[in-house]
Amino acid sequence: MEVGWWGVLIAVLGGAIRIGTPFLFVSLGECLTEKSGRINLGLEGTLVMGAMTGYAVSLHSGSPWLGVLCAGLAGMVLGALHSWICSFQRVNDIAVGIAMMLFGTGLAFFLGKPYIQPSAPRLPSIDLGAWSDIPQLQAALQINALFLVGIVVAVVLGWMLKNTAWGLKVRVVGESADAARALGLPVDRIRILSTAQGGFLAGIGGSYLSLYYPFNWSEGLSSGQGLMAVALVIFARWQPIGCLWVSLLWGGAAALGPSLQSVGVTGGYYIFNAIPYIMTLAMMIITCSPKRTLVGVPRELTVTR
Amino acid sequence: MSESRKLTRRQVLQGTAAAGALGMLGNVEWIGQAWGASDKVKMGFIFVGPRDDYGYNQAHFEGKAAVAKLDWVKAFDEEKVPETIEVQKTMESMVKLDGAQVLFPTSFGYFDPHIIKVAPLFPNIQFLHCGGLYQEGKHPKNVGSYFGFIDESQYIAGIVAGGMSKSGKLGFVAAKPIPQVLRNINNYTLGARSIRPNCTTNVIFTGDWSLPVREAEATNSLVDQGIDVITCHVDSPKVVITTAEKRGIYCTGYHCNQSKLAPKGYLTGAEWNWAKVYMDYADMIRKGQTVPHLVRGGLKEGIVKVSDYNQVVTDAVRKQADAAKDKFMGGGMVVYKGPIKDNAGRVVIAAGKEHVQTDIWLESMDWLVEGVIGSTKS
Amino acid sequence: MPQTLNKALEPFLIIVGSLTVSMVLFGIFVASAGADPFEVYQTMYRAAFGTSFSWQNTLVRAAPLMLTALCTALPGYLGLIIIGGEGAVVMGGLFAAIVALTMPTAPPIVVLTTMALAGMIAGGVWLMIGGALRHYRAVNETISSLLLNYIAIALLNHLVTSTFRDPESLNHPSTHHIGEANMIGVIPGTDLHWGLVFGIVACVIAWFLMHHTVFGFASQIAGGNVRAAQVAGLPVGRLILIICCAAGAAGGLAGMLEVAAIHGRANDTLNANYGYAGILVAFVARNNPLAIIPVAVLLGGIRASSGLLQRTHELPDATVLVMQGIIFLVILFSETLYGRFSRLQKQGAS
Repeated sequence: MEVGWWGVLIAVLGGAIRIGTPFLFVSLGECLTEKSGRINLGLEGTLVMGAMTGYAVSLHSGSPWLGVLCAGLAGMVLGALHSWICSFQRVNDIAVGIAMMLFGTGLAFFLGKPYIQPSAPRLPSIDLGAWSDIPQLQAALQINALFLVGIVVAVVLGWMLKNTAWGLKVRVVGESADAARALGLPVDRIRILSTAQGGFLAGIGGSYLSLYYPFNWSEGLSSGQGLMAVALVIFARWQPIGCLWVSLLWGGAAALGPSLQSVGVTGGYYIFNAIPYIMTLAMMIITCSPKRTLVGVPRELTVTR
Repeated sequence: MSESRKLTRRQVLQGTAAAGALGMLGNVEWIGQAWGASDKVKMGFIFVGPRDDYGYNQAHFEGKAAVAKLDWVKAFDEEKVPETIEVQKTMESMVKLDGAQVLFPTSFGYFDPHIIKVAPLFPNIQFLHCGGLYQEGKHPKNVGSYFGFIDESQYIAGIVAGGMSKSGKLGFVAAKPIPQVLRNINNYTLGARSIRPNCTTNVIFTGDWSLPVREAEATNSLVDQGIDVITCHVDSPKVVITTAEKRGIYCTGYHCNQSKLAPKGYLTGAEWNWAKVYMDYADMIRKGQTVPHLVRGGLKEGIVKVSDYNQVVTDAVRKQADAAKDKFMGGGMVVYKGPIKDNAGRVVIAAGKEHVQTDIWLESMDWLVEGVIGSTKS
Repeated sequence: MPQTLNKALEPFLIIVGSLTVSMVLFGIFVASAGADPFEVYQTMYRAAFGTSFSWQNTLVRAAPLMLTALCTALPGYLGLIIIGGEGAVVMGGLFAAIVALTMPTAPPIVVLTTMALAGMIAGGVWLMIGGALRHYRAVNETISSLLLNYIAIALLNHLVTSTFRDPESLNHPSTHHIGEANMIGVIPGTDLHWGLVFGIVACVIAWFLMHHTVFGFASQIAGGNVRAAQVAGLPVGRLILIICCAAGAAGGLAGMLEVAAIHGRANDTLNANYGYAGILVAFVARNNPLAIIPVAVLLGGIRASSGLLQRTHELPDATVLVMQGIIFLVILFSETLYGRFSRLQKQGAS
């Protein structure tokens, strides 16, 4: 079936979901962490470690879902390590994040050597496009359950942050550590938990890369998805549901370059492929202003001081 | 400018003055041990990416592993060496600390300026670079190049692809529009069109050698445009191959045999056979023969090969592919035989003119043959 | 007297202590991977500092890191966290190469000076964007400088494969060569190019600027408390722009040196992650320009040892990544020990 230029639209739609899902998980993880007043720049390492762990466990156990779980647990350990180190006085969370990035990717590459060759079982996909008789659309709507899980997590996380006692505690710690202490809240423990949970989500995002799309474990697997989480969260205004839209937008933008080439728009692909970065920077320039602080920003965050 | 420095180095390596000169290097005893402790041929390999990438570097590493098995060879390697001053230091280090007699820096970008700069410092060491860039008179005497005409295998793969395609539309995921890559794209297309003249190849350039997500995305976009056989030229074809298998289309491989990754759709593939090249070099060095400056060859010389055909490949297609293979093996095949037009309609090779495989003119290819949908401009 | 001694002793003890701890941790890691940690350390020492060749190998890797570390360290005085060194290197290298190509007949000294200036301006402007966005639009500088890295790399790749491509650079798209005569040579008697000297000099100048001038003093005040600085009438905006520009200039110079001392052209190898490594160097050196020098040498040594580790112990390349991660985590962790140490000693004495 000829789709021509419609192919670009389909690719952007499909790409939004396919490429966007790992962004969704890392940005949700980062969002939760930042809500508690910490920034974790080490999610790149967490993501890569999650990708490796997921692939390895899926290979050994034969169950990709067990792989996803273990990827999350590996991410949780790295997240907890990050925030435990940061809970000491005068330790800079951004610096620790960069060191964690090095440590996480290094560890994943080191332990992941034996898993580059073998093929692990892949996560199954769900056909949401069966109603359509256009094969391209069917393929674009062939999604993974993790995407749906991500949507649920985004909604639930947003609701919980707003409406539950736990959410309130996290936000108070993120707004003002002093106020939280005055209320008798265990600031460090809440932050460690939030960062560990954030790491869990980022680890799952990594396992999506290795176990579903592009479905591969190699040392070049991630191209900065984890690093970008920080930018996505600002873009999303620290709203979990915003993370969903921003991730979809990013996925779609990343799919634009290759799909334009497939219909014959061949020039400037380096620039086209940089669109997501340019777009984020432009958004930040437009929406930020020195006269007011951003809505939703946790005041304890080092990036916003 | 650096004449005096070169001289001391030369003395170091010629051995008579070694003791005195080595003193300046510090740890004399240790280097002495590494140097000539046994009469094994010492070969150093340098890779730009990980050894096991299911692609370019793995193909070389498998070659290294093959020579390393010989009991009179000591082979060592270093992975993920960037094309910066770091590779210069790695080469020096392999010579000075491991006593390498011959070095194989396998990435294209290692040649200029790095090998050209380091080779004159060690005139007794052979620097053999994968890429075919050596020019007599212009480059140091102890430098050589080797390369395989893997485009010959791509031509065969193109025939199989063209024969097996239902739509007559092929896809190609490529890293960069550079001559080596363009040659593969053109050969693939010419192979397909040799048996099916209206075949087209749709190309997407990802911009870099290893970008898994973008490679998967490019594959999906191409499938959406109706292609039903795909191949690639990136460092690791794994993602393209598995994505194609998932979309239920055929693929042909590159660098290594990837049939395990796509048992249903992997029709055939273009593979390197570096073991042969490295064995030959090791043998020449052991026997003290002069190493030729330029070693190039294709299917006939055994430097490249074609993966075994998938069982789905029909007999008719097999016959056509094998006929072309036999012609390559016999040395009578000329792919670039006029008239050939590029995809903008310009005649690039006039009727009656032909460029044989070793023709240097082909090394500067900057055009895509008629039937390719894509552009060499970035 | 003992108190001043304590003050000088404290950072020394903490650094030595954390290096020891990280070596123990890494030793355990290596041992659990099946290698003998003592042999591994011996190999690393030999590969990084054991011979004069090893030293040169280490220093050549350390040189660009000194410059890229300044990209993060200088804005650090203002309380800004800039991680855009990579972009500054890329832009510096690109523009240095481009200007060199516009002056084919000029004598080398003129070409090189112009290249250095062009590289520094390009890098400086690139980081200044982040600083300006921060000051005038309140855009977070960490994120914007990170995004600018990706944009710079895309620009580099686009320009060297199109407008500025040397058609002769067949399989490795690059700009034209700047000419052998214009290449920076090596420091006499060594194998090291002049980049190392530039790196050390830049660090010393930066240290002098920040610690011994009014400008530096003003910056430190602004970094400590923006409101106090504004009350004191300090031009905070101008300080941010100047410091970001100086920081970017250091990165741009590193890029220019890559072109003028190593490659002779601008191409994708400019994106060699020196910028990212520089961030760590700056953090570990606690933004002190003088401390950057030894930290960069340490990191250069670790990186230099990777090759021999692979060849003699068959450990993967990632081994040194793990080691860097451990060392930097421990050193960053040790930040919390400052102050506690001397307090303990004082209590013990009284």
